[in-house]
Amino acid sequence: MESYALLLAATLNAGTVLALAALGLLINEKAGIVNLGAEGMMLCAALASFVAVVHSGSDVLGFLAGVGAAALLAAIFGVLVIWMNTNQYATGLALSLFGAGFSAFAGIGYVQEKLPERPHFAIPVLGDIPLLGPALFRQHPMVYLAIGFVIWLIWFLYRSRAGLVLRSVGESPESAHALGYHVRFIRLAAVVAGGALCGLAGAYLILVYTPLWVEGMVAGRGWIALALTTFATWRPARVLLGAYLFGGVTMLQFHLQGAGVDVATQFLTMLPYLATIVVLALISRNPTWIRVNMPASLGKPFHPGS
Amino acid sequence: MTDLKKRSLLQVAALSAIAATALVACGKKEEPAPAPAPTAAPAAAPAEAPKAEPLKVAFAYIGPVGDGGWTFAHDNGRKAVEKEFGDKVVTSFVENVPESADAERVLRDMVGQGNKLVFGTTFGYMESMVKVAGDHKDVKFEHATGYKTADNLRTYDSRTYEGAYMAGVIAGAMTKTNTLGVVGSVPIPEVVRNINSFTLGAQSVNPKIKTKVVWVGKWFDPPNETAAATSLINGGADVLMQNTDSSAVLQTAEKMGKRAFGWDSDMTNYGPKAHLGSAVINWGPYYIKAVGDALEGKWTGNMQSWWGVKEGAIDMVSIAADVPEETKKKIDEVKAGLKDGSFVIWKGPIKDNAGKEVLAKDAVADDKFLGGINFYVQGVEGKVPGGEKK
Amino acid sequence: MLRLEPRPEPSRVWSLGSPLLALLLTVVIGVLLFAALGKDPVRGLQVFFWEPIKSGYALGELTVKATPLLLIALGLAVCFRSNVWNIGAEGQYIIGAIVAGGVALLADKDTSRWIVLALLLAGTVGGMAWASVTALLRDRFNANEILVSLMLVYVAEQLLFYLVFGPWKDPGGYNFPQTRTFEAVTQVPRLMTGSRVSIGVLVALAGVAALWVFLFRTRAGFAQQVGGLAPAAARYAGFSSRKALWLALLVSGGTAGLAGALEVAGPLGQLTPHVPAGYGFAAIIVAFVGRLHPVGMVFSAILMSMFYIGGELAQSRLGLPKSLTGVFQGLLLFTLLACDTLIAYRVRFGRSRPASPAPASVMPAPGDTKGAA
Repeated sequence: MESYALLLAATLNAGTVLALAALGLLINEKAGIVNLGAEGMMLCAALASFVAVVHSGSDVLGFLAGVGAAALLAAIFGVLVIWMNTNQYATGLALSLFGAGFSAFAGIGYVQEKLPERPHFAIPVLGDIPLLGPALFRQHPMVYLAIGFVIWLIWFLYRSRAGLVLRSVGESPESAHALGYHVRFIRLAAVVAGGALCGLAGAYLILVYTPLWVEGMVAGRGWIALALTTFATWRPARVLLGAYLFGGVTMLQFHLQGAGVDVATQFLTMLPYLATIVVLALISRNPTWIRVNMPASLGKPFHPGS
Repeated sequence: MTDLKKRSLLQVAALSAIAATALVACGKKEEPAPAPAPTAAPAAAPAEAPKAEPLKVAFAYIGPVGDGGWTFAHDNGRKAVEKEFGDKVVTSFVENVPESADAERVLRDMVGQGNKLVFGTTFGYMESMVKVAGDHKDVKFEHATGYKTADNLRTYDSRTYEGAYMAGVIAGAMTKTNTLGVVGSVPIPEVVRNINSFTLGAQSVNPKIKTKVVWVGKWFDPPNETAAATSLINGGADVLMQNTDSSAVLQTAEKMGKRAFGWDSDMTNYGPKAHLGSAVINWGPYYIKAVGDALEGKWTGNMQSWWGVKEGAIDMVSIAADVPEETKKKIDEVKAGLKDGSFVIWKGPIKDNAGKEVLAKDAVADDKFLGGINFYVQGVEGKVPGGEKK
Repeated sequence: MLRLEPRPEPSRVWSLGSPLLALLLTVVIGVLLFAALGKDPVRGLQVFFWEPIKSGYALGELTVKATPLLLIALGLAVCFRSNVWNIGAEGQYIIGAIVAGGVALLADKDTSRWIVLALLLAGTVGGMAWASVTALLRDRFNANEILVSLMLVYVAEQLLFYLVFGPWKDPGGYNFPQTRTFEAVTQVPRLMTGSRVSIGVLVALAGVAALWVFLFRTRAGFAQQVGGLAPAAARYAGFSSRKALWLALLVSGGTAGLAGALEVAGPLGQLTPHVPAGYGFAAIIVAFVGRLHPVGMVFSAILMSMFYIGGELAQSRLGLPKSLTGVFQGLLLFTLLACDTLIAYRVRFGRSRPASPAPASVMPAPGDTKGAA
């Protein structure tokens, strides 16, 4: 029983990375932009936060550095895609490839570094409840922040005026433009905010999950986060649940090994990816459902005046 | 594409190719003729007109020099060679050489650069080394952890299982839950042997222990090593060992209040509270001997060297202060016994974890037996992935 | 105030000049990087651009590296021109290698040389089969091909690991994860001794010619591209977007699978966990930098190979880190995309005037035929 509680705790931990990145991508996509550069942004953010903590010892600075690095990259992406109308998919890919190469390159001097001792967190009283305590209440504050953020995001998107504007830009930028909104600046803001969240995810990965720098350490999580937004039909709460599901499947693979389950480990490793494909197929099957949930201008360039 | 476009494309391409070549060829005068003198390789000793031509030695590494593990240990060996031989050698290295078709190109380039002794530090270079050795009989090749040899190619390895055994002794003494965990990299005999030796060592001081194993599938994958270590701890293990190349497992143990070991290099700094000891590989002695032999003309191929504690290649260092005195004494006894040959780790009776006897009473395992270990000893849970099909 | 003003029609000069400008910019940044790292920039450029072509052997190695890139890029060009975003070419490459490897394992010393043809075909079919999973899911379920093809890359990788760690492991290989070395009869014939160049390069060049003919001289090719550039027009003209989807994915899966087969029956000679070399992703850059044009992609494949080999040489000659290759490749794509703007837009100073609609860009705009993007 104890080990299931711990499995749950590990799931929350692993899922938070995916959740933060996916939520960032969701914001992008609500405004109509697909950013395939999540992987590259997360890598550069992870390195930036690692370097910041190595030199300053402050986790807060580390998180800020990660957010800043990713937001900067996202801004460059945004300018290219929104003002220079470059192909969104190609630009996002370029960002991923460049981010991977650059972080590997810049991180060379840091491969052997280590961070100062990582603090332990536990909510007083709640953290001591048997079973539930270790499962749910001994996480890094960022885990709870992520949950809180989801709640805020739901309010923002569906109950606030700014959120409505954002969504309308994603649904029909021409109409929003006709109404006098600065579509391009709103999209840029969304892209930068989304990038910032991806940066937060990268920072969390390296400061909390695995405090070691090695090139390519994001290991495909950026791509899974992208899949998550579609899979969750662009709704924040579903994104969070999907992220935990994926985090769980990854942890489950090792749990099953340790429990002596006699399945080739490679098939267990395949699970998260196969699961993504299956769910994608099921979700996309109903084109009406997709059309109802997907921002209509997703991926299309916007030309004011056209 | 219209003819006009095609023509202009070709024109522009041709012009730029010519321009680029011209630009670069201008700098060509720095590039010497076919047998180049050593250029500014980072590890090269300054060549100030040595009396005899220094021996050029090159190393091909699978990972980055800064990995704090396998490649780091090899590079320390290379530095030991430089220190020992001074300006009689010029060393260089290429890191991150993948175990793929690219390795052949890198090795040929090393030969082309005038290196006469080339070390390939991972199993996956085997086929490439065989090919290149076959084409360049005047160059000597050394392949780590491989098994193919030739007149100018020989293999070398370290008895990491001795380090694993010593770690096991400490683990057996320190565990409170009697459950040990190992994060395995790739299920090859070397790693399985290490898991078994770890278990045998622990059983020698604490017959009640059991060992759980989780495989990451790669040598170096910190995020997954973390997840694997977490799942082992969640499954009840309180002392961990790993056969992977990073300090992730140790750091995870530190975070979760358990104990663990350093592997390949001294990892005390990565988990000061969790660290129980580091099973280190010291490639210096072997590299110095190999280079020395080459310099004196005593180098011969068709050999397989397997060095351990006896030759100074393996050691258990930085044992934690809270390890009981009697355990530390036992470790010293094991080391002494390995050095003078009076102690043998793999001596029967040894049973596999299905109950079958694999080594009869008092029988001593030879290197061939050790090289093909495909089973878990009693005390280890589970089955070797992809193994045991006799 | 810098401003972008749409051109009345795409600039022909910049269609060709953009990749060159991008390369120039990348080189300039590279020189700055070398200087910042304390290395001689001219030597650095030499290592990247001269060393890989300076001898027959070097050219051979360049060709060995460029062949799979070019092959995969040819297929990707068909895809991207049809607005089908196959990001999973790496997975199709791996499956092609696996299937070809499987056929090669069936051979023994006395098998006829025709097995080479068999395994190349098998690899091609394998790659097509893998790509058809993506096609099916997009066709029937509307699932986004970017995500599906990408996830399938990871699945393909794990499948490879399973096979080399398990059922296909060399029984005489000390339990190391690899198949046995394939018999000599399965080796793809070399073009000349002393070099690793195989007939694969001839296949690739044939592919270049075939693609050129298909894209620019056949009705089917025309239909394929119209589907990508102007889907509404395509529907009016009766061109089937479904056929275009399947054709695009099958062709790119096939070329990727063929590339995998050539690698495995060529330089590699066995299946190991190191078959995935990232060619499927690098080929995406090759395709774009080559402007999705067969001849252009020949040049960009050579350029990318120079980056790879130069990066390796930069390590041993200059002590520069290997990751530079990745930096240059990513930078090249970035600068290319930025420079491409010049094709459709003019840079102007001054205040903005009411803009005329931007012309259709050279590459199809994504999202026009998308269901679930």
